[in-house]
Amino acid sequence: MDVLGILSSTASFILDPTTMAYALAGLGLAVHFGFAGLLNMGMAGFMALGAYGYAIGILTFGLPWYLAAFVGIGASIVFALILGIPTLRLRGDYLAIVTIAAAEIIRLFLLTSAFVDVTGSADGLSGFNGPGGTVTNPIAGAGGFNDSNPIPDGEYGFPPFLDDERTWYLRIVGGIILAVGVYFVWRLVNSPWGRVIKGIREDEEAVRSLGKNVFAYKMQALIIGGVFGALGGLMLAFSTNVNSGVYVTSLTFFLWTALLLGGAATVFGPLVGSAIFWVLQAFLGLLFPALAKAGLLPFDSIQAAQIRFILIGVALVLLVVFRPQGIFGNKKELTFVK
Amino acid sequence: MSSSDKPTTPVKSTGLHVGEIKPGVAKKDPILIADGVRRQFGGLTAVDVAHVEIPRNAITALIGPNGAGKTTFFNLLTGFDIPNEGTWSFNGKSLAGVPAFKVARMGLIRTFQLTKALGLLTVMDNMKLGSTQQTGEKLWASVFHFLWKKKDVEIETQALDLLTRFKLDAKKDDYAASLSGGQRKLLEMARALMTKPELVMLDEPMAGVNPALTQSLLDHILNLKKEGMTVLFVEHDMHMVRHIADWVIVMAEGKVVAEGDPYEVMKNPAVIDAYLGSHQDVDLGTVTGRITLPKQGKEK
Repeated sequence: MDVLGILSSTASFILDPTTMAYALAGLGLAVHFGFAGLLNMGMAGFMALGAYGYAIGILTFGLPWYLAAFVGIGASIVFALILGIPTLRLRGDYLAIVTIAAAEIIRLFLLTSAFVDVTGSADGLSGFNGPGGTVTNPIAGAGGFNDSNPIPDGEYGFPPFLDDERTWYLRIVGGIILAVGVYFVWRLVNSPWGRVIKGIREDEEAVRSLGKNVFAYKMQALIIGGVFGALGGLMLAFSTNVNSGVYVTSLTFFLWTALLLGGAATVFGPLVGSAIFWVLQAFLGLLFPALAKAGLLPFDSIQAAQIRFILIGVALVLLVVFRPQGIFGNKKELTFVK
Repeated sequence: MSSSDKPTTPVKSTGLHVGEIKPGVAKKDPILIADGVRRQFGGLTAVDVAHVEIPRNAITALIGPNGAGKTTFFNLLTGFDIPNEGTWSFNGKSLAGVPAFKVARMGLIRTFQLTKALGLLTVMDNMKLGSTQQTGEKLWASVFHFLWKKKDVEIETQALDLLTRFKLDAKKDDYAASLSGGQRKLLEMARALMTKPELVMLDEPMAGVNPALTQSLLDHILNLKKEGMTVLFVEHDMHMVRHIADWVIVMAEGKVVAEGDPYEVMKNPAVIDAYLGSHQDVDLGTVTGRITLPKQGKEK
């Protein structure tokens, strides 16, 4: 069993673009659920819009990559408005039902072959990041995300973070987006605005009776969280091609696991939560097949890799029962126990 | 406001009404007027108030049996519920179709019968939330600390002052969830005062509050009047109503059945019949003629 290889591959996940994408979307969920008390079960939909908005902006409308990124963000804002206007006046549970359904609608809309020219249907879209990356396509040509990389070609860093210039560029861009995002959210939730949305989380009638426009605040929180979801999708799209098979409901629940692991009502929780989530996921995904190969598990190695998903489900249950505040959460500020 | 202060007999406002006293009598200076307000829940008419006026800068008590529609009437007046028909106005401005938060901004603040302390916010944050017109509550301004820092310090001072008056200052950094039921009542009232309202509507402010605290709450309510506010409250404690109310409105089955100054109203046979019962000032034990000792310890 290649223990060192497993550990090395696992460690690289700390700085993986996927981890950063999860952290961004998790931050959005923290704004939604942890601070405003909005049960958004459709974060995958927001991420899909961010990713596809970006890809379609480049491939169909021929926009430069940075403008296309705003198409993705804009799409998520429109999505939040469409979701929020009818449901935010209702009790919180309804938002959960509507978001989970809406995210599925988005996914099936992207999957259907009716719009194959734009969405690529089941094949998804690729090549929008321009040449030089893992995906190349002549359509995008020069001027894609990959071409904006100022880092000279070559390998940088030290193991397990010894990678080429594109990977490092992704890490740096992701890191900057994350840093700005975390600072923004931290400022928001520690301001009078944050006070109002936390009040709404506790009891919206009480906040309404004090003269605050509860609906407007909930809408603002829904949009801000949604934009972070889109940024997460964008981050995924920067790193690889987009495919509707990624933005499934289980993605939303992975995000919830990462969020609850770190602490729902915290700013740094989603970051650490998604790092731990991905590191564990990668570690177990490599460990179990290796164990199976060594004859220590009664499965073949492909099946053994699936065990981790069972463990994730168990972990989510245990987390909610025994440590609902997460790693970073204030024990007194539980969001489940009243 | 310490307990050593001898409770002074409150100065009652008199001469609030115009003409003969009857349900719906006109007031000299009404702050709130409701006209033909009716609310039906299916076949049940919860509120059917033909006409009522609340006098300005006075303490008005709204009493009535359980299910008389007092809280529903509160909800209707403050925009938390919408009547099937009727008009109602505050300071001469019609409130029909005005959402609850706008009603609150106009200076009409209510508290809730079931206390709504925001449990997972600190007592201080609860208070600060009450303050109106905060720049920092706007989304974009909130990110820039320097835009709202000064105002926040200002309202913190104001909040601390109020908390001291309500004897909650030692609790200011605790989560509101850690407060007792009575303290939550106090917090909710103090928070409502942070908005600097014109009319305060208190829904059973004394329910579940111990006698000593009741005394200080009464003083707070009397002080509100001194400071120029108008108070409308729902209460079942008749001693309190007699003590502080300048005017009493009695509701039964959704209608206003009697009005008047507290002493007169409580002699009204209709009120005794519908609400007070004929033994209001007699000890319960004497009423039933049976209870001599509380039977604690014998159960189970």
